[in-house]
Amino acid sequence: MIVAQKKPMEEIIEEVKGYNKILIAGCNECVTVCEAGGKKEVQVLASALRMYFMNQGKEIKIDEVTLERQCDHEYLEEIRNIIDQYDAVLSLACGVGVQFMAEKYFTTPILPGVNTCFLGATEERGFWTERCQACGQCILARTGGICPVSRCAKRLLNGPCGGSTKGKCEIDSNVDCAWQLIIDRLKALGRLEQDYEKLTPIKDWSTDRAGGPRKVVREDVRI
Amino acid sequence: MRLQYPDTIRVVRVPCTGKVDIIHILRSFEKGADGVYVVGCMEGDCRFNNGNIRAKKRVAQAKKILDTIGIGGERVQMFNLSSAEGPKFAQYAVEMTDKIKELGANPIKKAFKKKAA
Amino acid sequence: MSETKTPSKLEKILSSGQLAVTSECGPPRGSDPEVIRKKAQMIKDHVDAINITDNQTSVTRLCSLAACIHLKLMGLEPVLQMVVRDRNRIALQSDILGAASFDIHNILCLSGDHQKFGDNPQGQNVFDIDSMQLIQTVRLMRDEGKFLGGDDIARPPKMFVGAAANPFADPFEIRVPRLAKKVAAGAEFIQTQCIYNVDRFKEWLKGVVDRGLHEKVYILAGVTPFKSAGMAKYMKNRVPGMDVPDELVKRMSGVPKEKQPEEGLSICVETIEQLKEVEGVSGFHIMAIEWEEKVPEIVERSGLYPRPSVGE
Repeated sequence: MIVAQKKPMEEIIEEVKGYNKILIAGCNECVTVCEAGGKKEVQVLASALRMYFMNQGKEIKIDEVTLERQCDHEYLEEIRNIIDQYDAVLSLACGVGVQFMAEKYFTTPILPGVNTCFLGATEERGFWTERCQACGQCILARTGGICPVSRCAKRLLNGPCGGSTKGKCEIDSNVDCAWQLIIDRLKALGRLEQDYEKLTPIKDWSTDRAGGPRKVVREDVRI
Repeated sequence: MRLQYPDTIRVVRVPCTGKVDIIHILRSFEKGADGVYVVGCMEGDCRFNNGNIRAKKRVAQAKKILDTIGIGGERVQMFNLSSAEGPKFAQYAVEMTDKIKELGANPIKKAFKKKAA
Repeated sequence: MSETKTPSKLEKILSSGQLAVTSECGPPRGSDPEVIRKKAQMIKDHVDAINITDNQTSVTRLCSLAACIHLKLMGLEPVLQMVVRDRNRIALQSDILGAASFDIHNILCLSGDHQKFGDNPQGQNVFDIDSMQLIQTVRLMRDEGKFLGGDDIARPPKMFVGAAANPFADPFEIRVPRLAKKVAAGAEFIQTQCIYNVDRFKEWLKGVVDRGLHEKVYILAGVTPFKSAGMAKYMKNRVPGMDVPDELVKRMSGVPKEKQPEEGLSICVETIEQLKEVEGVSGFHIMAIEWEEKVPEIVERSGLYPRPSVGE
């Protein structure tokens, strides 16, 4: 899922302090799972901001709503009837949601309340780590199900580099060396000899960010 | 035990402090409470394993938020005791009340007054 | 392995069966070429080729290509070190042509330390292609005269292609397969990480020889003299991929401070002596970091002086 992190309160206060009627919009999916922008986080943020502005002597209306998703038209439509009551929306959805809402409600400022970080998984409650860089050409079949593009700091396709020490990456002793993981897994799968020594050819990065903003089309479902 | 403790305290009973979430603490202040204290079992004795540890972490997080928004993190506090320690409960009650008296009223109460005026 | 494919002097010496000696110079953090010239002057008669590092440890320095050109203009034999951290495939191929236009005939293809170690930890990194793919690229440009995109190159580069090997990095079990991979990619010479644990190096080398890889690639054993006991400890504990046995640290610490440099040099010379006759070793790569003035002494004491001369 998309993993995000709450923006520091001070930054949010700075973003919203010029407005008088704010809607805080959460999202029920990824940001709920990574506990950054779901209903609970909306409630806490709303309460904290109300108290902050009350303390400052400023009159401010702060309302709360949590949508199923902010990356689909039908859910964003749910606030069409109320959005004009507000002079800004603070969206706790990921960067996708913030933008999609901004496109839809063109004349209302939509502000981000979280920092979108990466595509990752919940290793345990409160701890999320990156797994995918969305390069557009998945090679996991050849690397024992471990991605060198997202988990190797140098995204080497023929790793490891000389900095791999005791299974950890040279950049941080808490970060696993992706290539150590790949080698261990290939060994466990009995595929070390055939998969490791095969030279992985130069990658086509045009399906990655480098090629420009991307899209996926399925003609068979479009009418 | 019928020990005396300050009557300015409103007790909210929960089956375990693990049930207390950050929003409950914040809402209390939002509605004008001057202080909030969370009283849980001794660490290691929680019958639900680590409900009181969750509470401890949430209290710590609430402190940070309250500091940032200018209410003051010292107004929320966690205490641990066993249910047999009645005198300690009273003692903590007095401690907390004294501390809050020293800190003064919840600053947003001034804003309430202004609004009413 | 006896006919040469490039005009590289290093290749000629290696293919003649003699032990080759290379060393390295770090460029300055400024634009004064005199720094490079001075360092090169100190060592030029004692080595066959001089490596110029490429923004080593991600610290911004005068670029390797320019420094190599300065060496070439002095009539010396440079080895262009090229990391894939900072340049995409366009820039890499372009710089290779730039080097070839000055008739620089040696290139060492490397990954590069992560930028967080250097003076710009907030910068982007590139890693468009990795070091193995760079080896393949240079070979493609040289042997087929083609760019990666498929077009023909006018006056293709004639470069002797090298790579690094670290017998001491983890995991040990794939260090020989990794060398095999580099050879398959087209590496023609290898410079290893500096050796202190001679036994472990020999173990790696045995694996290399067992696979016959020493007949496909020239291996230059890397050595670095300790300047002090402090340096020995630092390299043991703080440098990734380095194996410094306890006895060497003890040996360095057991000598009074003024005598430590001398002890470090002796250890270095002994290492070279131990490896001179070992099968699979084709030469030595002396990395005397900020101590280039000692390279001549190391070369002479190891019985590797004078250096052979080869017809140009």
